[in-house]
Amino acid sequence: MLIVLCAHFIVAMLAPILFSRWGRAAFYVLAAVPAASFVWLLAQYGNVYSDSAPSPTLDIPWVPALDLNLTFRMDQLSWLMSLLVLGVGALVLAYCTRYFKSADAGLGGFGAQLLAFAGTMFGLVTADNLILLFVFWELTTVLSYLLIGYARTRIAARRAALQALIVTTFGGLAMLVGLIMVGEGAGTYSISGVLAKAPELVAAQGTPGRVLDIGIALILVGAVTKSALLPFHFWLPGAMAAPTPVSAYLHAAAMVKAGIYLVARLAPGFSGTEYWQVLITVLGLATMLLGGWRALRQHDLKLILAYGTVSQLGFIMTVVGLGSREAALAGMAMVLAHGLFKATLFLVVGIIDHQSGTRDIRELSGVFRSAPKLGVVALIGAASMAGLPPLAGFVAKESVFAAFEANARYGSAGHMIGVAVLAVMVLGSILTFAYSARFMWGGFASKPSGMGLAAATPFKPVGWLFLGAPALLSALTLAYGLYPPVVEAWIAPYSALFPADDPHGLHLALWHGFTLPLALSGVVVAGGLGLFLVRGRFEALQGKLRTGIDFERGYRQLIVVLDQVAIWVTGRTQRGSLFFYLAVILATAIASVGAVLVWTEPSWTAQKYFVDPGSPFQVIAGIAMLVGAFGAAGAKRRFMAVLMVSVTGYGMALIFALQGAPDLALTQMLVETIILVAFVLALRSLPPGLAERGAGEHKVLRAILGTAFGALMVVVGIVAMGSRIATPVSLSLPKMAYEGGGGLNVVNVTLVDIRVWDTFGEISVLAIAATGVASLIFVRGRGQRLARAETVAPGSIGRVGEPGRVPSPVVELAKRFAVVPANPWLVAGRTLAPERRSVIFEVVTRLVFHSIIVLSIYLLLAGHNGTGGGFAGGLVAGLALTIRYLAGGRFELAEATRVSAGTLLGVGLAAAALTGIAPLFFGGEVFQSAILTFDLPVFGHVKFVTSTLFDIGVYLVVVGLVIDVLRSLGSEIDQHEENGIGAITMIEDDEPLEVAR
Amino acid sequence: MSVNLTLLLVMGVLFAIGIYLLLERSLTRVLLGLMLLANAVNLLLLATGGYAGLAPIFNKDIPAAEFNDPLPQAFILTSIVISFAVTAFMLSLIYRSWLLSRADHIQDDREDRRVATQDLFDAEEDSEIAVEVSDFHENDHPAASREMIPGVTLKKTVRPGPHPERTDNA
Repeated sequence: MLIVLCAHFIVAMLAPILFSRWGRAAFYVLAAVPAASFVWLLAQYGNVYSDSAPSPTLDIPWVPALDLNLTFRMDQLSWLMSLLVLGVGALVLAYCTRYFKSADAGLGGFGAQLLAFAGTMFGLVTADNLILLFVFWELTTVLSYLLIGYARTRIAARRAALQALIVTTFGGLAMLVGLIMVGEGAGTYSISGVLAKAPELVAAQGTPGRVLDIGIALILVGAVTKSALLPFHFWLPGAMAAPTPVSAYLHAAAMVKAGIYLVARLAPGFSGTEYWQVLITVLGLATMLLGGWRALRQHDLKLILAYGTVSQLGFIMTVVGLGSREAALAGMAMVLAHGLFKATLFLVVGIIDHQSGTRDIRELSGVFRSAPKLGVVALIGAASMAGLPPLAGFVAKESVFAAFEANARYGSAGHMIGVAVLAVMVLGSILTFAYSARFMWGGFASKPSGMGLAAATPFKPVGWLFLGAPALLSALTLAYGLYPPVVEAWIAPYSALFPADDPHGLHLALWHGFTLPLALSGVVVAGGLGLFLVRGRFEALQGKLRTGIDFERGYRQLIVVLDQVAIWVTGRTQRGSLFFYLAVILATAIASVGAVLVWTEPSWTAQKYFVDPGSPFQVIAGIAMLVGAFGAAGAKRRFMAVLMVSVTGYGMALIFALQGAPDLALTQMLVETIILVAFVLALRSLPPGLAERGAGEHKVLRAILGTAFGALMVVVGIVAMGSRIATPVSLSLPKMAYEGGGGLNVVNVTLVDIRVWDTFGEISVLAIAATGVASLIFVRGRGQRLARAETVAPGSIGRVGEPGRVPSPVVELAKRFAVVPANPWLVAGRTLAPERRSVIFEVVTRLVFHSIIVLSIYLLLAGHNGTGGGFAGGLVAGLALTIRYLAGGRFELAEATRVSAGTLLGVGLAAAALTGIAPLFFGGEVFQSAILTFDLPVFGHVKFVTSTLFDIGVYLVVVGLVIDVLRSLGSEIDQHEENGIGAITMIEDDEPLEVAR
Repeated sequence: MSVNLTLLLVMGVLFAIGIYLLLERSLTRVLLGLMLLANAVNLLLLATGGYAGLAPIFNKDIPAAEFNDPLPQAFILTSIVISFAVTAFMLSLIYRSWLLSRADHIQDDREDRRVATQDLFDAEEDSEIAVEVSDFHENDHPAASREMIPGVTLKKTVRPGPHPERTDNA
């Protein structure tokens, strides 16, 4: 079974290659897969129908915890359905070789989908797990969507595909809920298991019984949508936008039978549940009448068949769902018969369309004369559909009548209901006969030329290969009708699962003697013939009787309402205002967390203090921070606000230092400094004032939100810390750091060893942010092309004196300084304009640069045991480069760092990643560190921990980030400034230009 | 557990002012607000470490409880550096926004506003389309060019082009 299933999917995946090589002939290769599977299936007959051996099963655990297993079971019902699925699948695929042209677009994908569909359908009918069944169920929905929408350029195809998808997915979701209710209620998701438990489940009273009833009803909703029953039937005629082979397979023989299959599968156990009979009988019969009625109004041959299918599906559903032995036999006989004749007829329509270019019965004329062989094939199919002897349709329909006669006579539902059901079925069958006749007449008859047509539609001759598939199907229809005992033997074990109504039993046969079913068949033929003969008047009557109830329009109205609601909701929530979004989020946070705080009445027992006895000066730092924060809120000038925020930052550093966190203090200090520089560099082009349009909006609301949130956080902090009862995990960290990580600095070892994954994620973010910074400023690349200082004339960079600036005497004086083409202190100091240079700064830079770099390397290496580490070291190195840039300009920076920041980031990340991966090769775990001790000539005894390599990676990433910041916000903006790109040219307003005339 | 109210109060004020600035329209102020928020979160983390203690440099003579809690410290260190990266990124955003629109200023998203006023008509879903009665292209088969057949009324009211009531005004 698994091989059959996999073969379908594997060949489907290869299909595009096959098609590109062999063109449409590749359909034969595809057809070989279900054909071979069909042969395999026939060979399985002995196993499946053996009295002694259990049905062949296959069980592969998938998610055992959810009771979700790949369980397949080939019992008699599955075998019967597989026969239809694989047989018709093979024939339809073979038929496609003649239907399509090799040049048709997307044929490979189409073939793949069609073959995958055959495999999915096979999986669906053999699955023995409710969830697995659902998976295949939804796969058929998706594949059907793709197949209906094959003609991607036609709006009708796309729309029909989407409609079918939405309707059947809706049913599928209802079904999923139902499946879970049933599965949970039964305690197993195995279908055979659920069915075995069915008697006790159905007998259950109270809540479990209700759950089962509703669950089954929801499953039926899925079946009803899939099999296009009222009120969801409209998607099936819509789906006729699919290529005709798809309609023949999906919408006649296979997919729409999935709903029937599901009902047939569950009927032995659950046909007695509360809503079953009502849902199935009422919807089934109503659908039968509606489909037949509508079929008589269609002019497109395919639509006649589509509405006929809707009608037949309702009919079959009613029969299969009845739950008696006779009905089960008759129902499955009908499924087979319908599959045979409806596929035949669809394929015939495909041939007519292909040869004449239309399916409109008002345009077709004289086709029988042009293609008599085709006509005979169609006649067999249509006669079987109409229920004429000696064909399959007749045998099946007779048995249905007999089954319902028995049900009316002996069944539990009572005579009246039984007779009424039978009467409706006869009425439906009369309609069926009439549209069968309409199909034959419309498609093949020579019509009078009064309709403005030429005597015969141009019709190309039909080749045998094209006709082969429908001819074979019609031959089977005939064989089935002539010798039905074979089919009965296939169905008998399944129908034996039901209790018998009729004490005499029921058999499939052409001739039962003069019985009521025969009489009913006579009524059907007579009535149908009569209806066909008055077809003109009947159409007119239909035109008058239009009720205005149109389910498809209802569906579209529903979608419109959905659109309206969506737009309304979007319009209310997506206001496009960041303030609005943030305010909603914050207010929600305040309200929900506040409510929880009030609700749970937390304890306030924590020991509270204002002044930490260990570091009383924190209070002063805190006050400084408050000043900075308020200053930042009130500042009117851009750089004043920045400086004020920096005050809080440096205050933080002080608090860190006083709290016993030297690493943090150091890092905070360095970061704060670099940020300050970056701020000034980035925002130097912007106007100095912060007062912009709309600056003071919602002041009160903002203040309220801010205060409330701040207060909330204070309370949350107190409560959270007060609720702590366990000892901190970090008490074991120092020992772990020393013994496991081989370092004394607990914070550093935590970063590079204990919580190294965290840090690895962090440096990845740094690399991304660095790339983002460079991309935003450079737009293309990250400024890797570093110009050398030799290429620049001395004193040419950054000449002050653009128009619009007030010349200050100091600058004027400085401009008169000599420009010397020598580099006394810095490599590229001479490139700067004299008024930009500072000798003292250059000298100091010259003196401290290398010392700072050495310090940074020291911090990096010493960090494992003392204050420092990769972050601090990298930031110090970055600071050294910042000084170089500030003192010597962008050429100085380029001379100082001849590598691309991207290279540094990449090497850093690679070093970190390698440190992670390398232990795997030594049998360790990812990021496991090792301590190596060895002796070096000068350094003596060295203890080296491999996590230091990770720290080097961190160092490189941080340096890369700082370089990116300097090159982007420094060098590149310098260049913008000099080219006048970033110069201040205030535009008064940003109103749309078309308004300002 | 002990609670350092000084740290928490400063944190509260930083949160309050951070949010006050975050809700501004000026991008620079938003960035400053973010920086204050980062500092506030760091303070909260630091406060969870309890009393001030010794720097967590291991010494086997010092019991672990004497150190200031190293775990929040590790978190804060991560947070500081990430905040630096975010700040740098925001700075470039501000500069870019300045280059493009000469505004350091968060504007309302007009695209979003347009959604609320958009038309329900969708050509893909709602336009009337002709009934098709063949899978094959019309030029292959002269018989299928239905326009030539008199007396046959098929729905053929394809509305060309965009819907006339469709409005794109901002």
